[in-house]
Amino acid sequence: MSQQANEPVIDRPPVTADTAPARTIGGVKVPMTALRAYTMVFALIVIWLLFTWATDGIFLEARNFSNLMRQTAVTGVLAVGMLMVIVAGQIDLSVGSVVGLTGGVAAIVLTWLGWGLVPSLAAAILVGALIGALQGTLVAYANVPAFIVTLGGLLIWRGVIKGISQGSTIPIGLTSFKVIGQNYVSPLVGIIIALLAIAAIVWLNLRRIRARTRYGLAAASMFDIILRITLPSLVVLGFILALNSYAGVPIPVIILLAIALAGAFLTRNTTFGRYLYAIGGNPDAARLSGIGLRRHILAVFCLMGALSGMAGIIYTARVSSAAPDAGVLLELDAIAACVIGGASLMGGRGTIFGALLGALFMASLDNGMSLKNIADFTQDIVKGSILVAAVALDMLGRRKGE
Amino acid sequence: MDQTLAPVLEMRNITKSFPGVRALDGVSFDLRAGELHALVGENGAGKSTLMKILGGVYPHGSYGGEILIEGRERRFHHVREAESAGIAIIFQELSLIKELSIGENIFLGREPSRFGVIRWDELYSRARRLLDDLHLPLDPRTPVGQLGIGQQQLVEIAKALSQEARILVLDEPTAALTDAEVLTLFNILDRLRARKVGMIYISHKLDEVFRMSDRITVLRDGRSVGTKQADELDQARVIALMVGREVGNIFPKAEHAPGEVVFEVRDITVEDPDVRGKLLVDRVSFAVRRGEVLGVAGLMGAGRSELLTAIFGAHAGRVRGQVLVAGKPVEIKSPADAINYGIGFVTEDRKRYGLVLDQTIVNNATLASLEHISGRFVTNMDAERAACEQAARDLRIKAPGVLTITGTLSGGNQQKVVLAKWLLTKPRVLFLDEPTRGIDVGAKQEIYAHINRLASEGLAIVLVSSELPEVLGLSDRVLVLHEGHITGEFTRAEATPEGVMACATGHTERAA
Repeated sequence: MSQQANEPVIDRPPVTADTAPARTIGGVKVPMTALRAYTMVFALIVIWLLFTWATDGIFLEARNFSNLMRQTAVTGVLAVGMLMVIVAGQIDLSVGSVVGLTGGVAAIVLTWLGWGLVPSLAAAILVGALIGALQGTLVAYANVPAFIVTLGGLLIWRGVIKGISQGSTIPIGLTSFKVIGQNYVSPLVGIIIALLAIAAIVWLNLRRIRARTRYGLAAASMFDIILRITLPSLVVLGFILALNSYAGVPIPVIILLAIALAGAFLTRNTTFGRYLYAIGGNPDAARLSGIGLRRHILAVFCLMGALSGMAGIIYTARVSSAAPDAGVLLELDAIAACVIGGASLMGGRGTIFGALLGALFMASLDNGMSLKNIADFTQDIVKGSILVAAVALDMLGRRKGE
Repeated sequence: MDQTLAPVLEMRNITKSFPGVRALDGVSFDLRAGELHALVGENGAGKSTLMKILGGVYPHGSYGGEILIEGRERRFHHVREAESAGIAIIFQELSLIKELSIGENIFLGREPSRFGVIRWDELYSRARRLLDDLHLPLDPRTPVGQLGIGQQQLVEIAKALSQEARILVLDEPTAALTDAEVLTLFNILDRLRARKVGMIYISHKLDEVFRMSDRITVLRDGRSVGTKQADELDQARVIALMVGREVGNIFPKAEHAPGEVVFEVRDITVEDPDVRGKLLVDRVSFAVRRGEVLGVAGLMGAGRSELLTAIFGAHAGRVRGQVLVAGKPVEIKSPADAINYGIGFVTEDRKRYGLVLDQTIVNNATLASLEHISGRFVTNMDAERAACEQAARDLRIKAPGVLTITGTLSGGNQQKVVLAKWLLTKPRVLFLDEPTRGIDVGAKQEIYAHINRLASEGLAIVLVSSELPEVLGLSDRVLVLHEGHITGEFTRAEATPEGVMACATGHTERAA
């Protein structure tokens, strides 16, 4: 039994986080997944500084920061769903149109039918989920490529809302609906949320330590534990304080954070999430491992549809009306956010955190260039170029790594 | 045979190594014009490697020895160079594009054209003439996808002739053909013989080999063990040459004590998903006992993998027959059902069917048993890691840790991850399909030791392998498949390489 010196046998119990694929930078071992995230965060900080400098500080002022976060909400919600779709090796080009349709449905139920807030919200999400179910069924059970099904959907759902609304914009009168897109939670609530989040971070880490002892795994180092608790806590606190310094956390941001947390949990901590990665990474191996490909693909499209409905609500609430052309091209923003965040369109690769950073990145470009009054066409060119460049750099880095 | 003719092809002292394996070791081979020279040997004997060297797939410099064509040394760096030297290879997997017409396929990449504009009339009239030469009643404008496999093969031959091939290599040309198509093919080969084309014919079907060939060369373990006139040999003699090796002591002798029958199939029949009515497996029955290793031997295309895949609920075509687990009939409609009934399936081709290469060892290892190890819906990474590390220790997986990305491991360790995945499902019966394909000798030996250990721990094992010594060295009982039928059953004591190979080639049949 030959045993090479550089290939240690796993015959010792202590396997800790230091065994994740890592690259050594300046003597410090950095896990590869973290490295990707750091690069993203770094790129984000660079463009933030750039815009802050270019706008004489307006970009990072409390008011604009709050705006930026609110602008991220719609793309962010869509990016969470899109990430799961992309990880499963699929694509959904219809989400922009579904945002338009579901926003319209919410407005119709509210304004034309006068059914009130809850039925209006439920209708939007339900319609979104049903559209997802229909498209997912065609992809999973009729074997029509997702690209085709959702390209058709892009045209169909846009056509449907144009038809129902007869091309007119439906105004929203109800304040409780508009709150969803426009209001803030009071700074006190923000602080409470921050404290709850920090408590959760501490509790999760303690639970982890207990679990590790129970399964006989080596305990993480004290330094590691402290870092794992303080770093996210500081980020949470800083984020809430920054938003509080203007008017409090915008409600769409609260919704996005809740959805992102749920999405991160779903992808990282559930069998469903694991199966999505397996299905996208190697469908044959997944199938032979007893995973039901069809129902998972159906489920992921349903989720995408429901989240499109949610995004439709936020969008409509933010602009106080449902226009038939609302949400045009949002699918591309969502896909770009996932890809910039490190997801592979071949499936099997990507994280919710990355997709959120990608969404924030895209929103920052929009926000910053608008502040500078850069012409629309230039904005498009810059966004397109950055998308292609980000992926090209990633591919080059990956090739070197392999 | 006219002995004065200089050989059209001479391969001298060809040597080729892959990491950890010497695939060819000083093989010499020659071919005369108008001759059909058969190349036979077990799976893995080096036939395909030799032909890939001839065809320029493995470029000059990656192998040792020399290739002479009509007495002149040639060095091919690329497939195209070999083609222009008059070498055409027709592989088992046809390289035609189904959507294009016969004519377009024949002249693909060499379309008659003027200023880049294709001259369709010339293309089709030349294709017409080629087909006529071969007496093929086909319209060159027919899309290839509308032809049967047999006719497609003949189109490949027409394509080879259009390149003025003087050396034609046929790799298992009759594997997918009906009897009538085989006859057509043989007629055409006879016509080519008259046109002085030299042909290298690779086949497992010895009756065809003896019917068609002038000379026969037998390869074994990367060496040539003899080239003889066909009429100086008979089938039994060729089989003896194919298997006549000393089986090394890499198989740890293990006495298993089989217990009660835990798994049984009756009359399993598997239909080809692409060809209606064609049976890949025809009424196969077997039973495996606790702690027993049942080997399934057979040549390429005998239906071994299809048999296992079908039982496992993963075959695309129609499957009939009965499966009994622990004596009770069960219905398996999907791999999930099979796993629930305690069947594990270490599939062939780990990269394609076994692993998600982008994912960590632990994510791969727990993939088939996630809901048992980790939880119905919410996963528990620490429980998974603990289970995976235990399995990794048991199987001696060499890796920095269980969070290592699986794609970065060596072949042997990847294979152990697949094995770990199935052992974590706690199977009662484990199917192993080519468990040591493409891994080095050291890792092979380890896998063998694990197979013996698992059997002695009471697992029932069904082992499919193209490597005869592997089947013979590990199995308590050996079933032999030939073209979808069971043609022989041997106990460990009765199983000789010659006996098994005679059944595998369809030469003899033998009941238990």
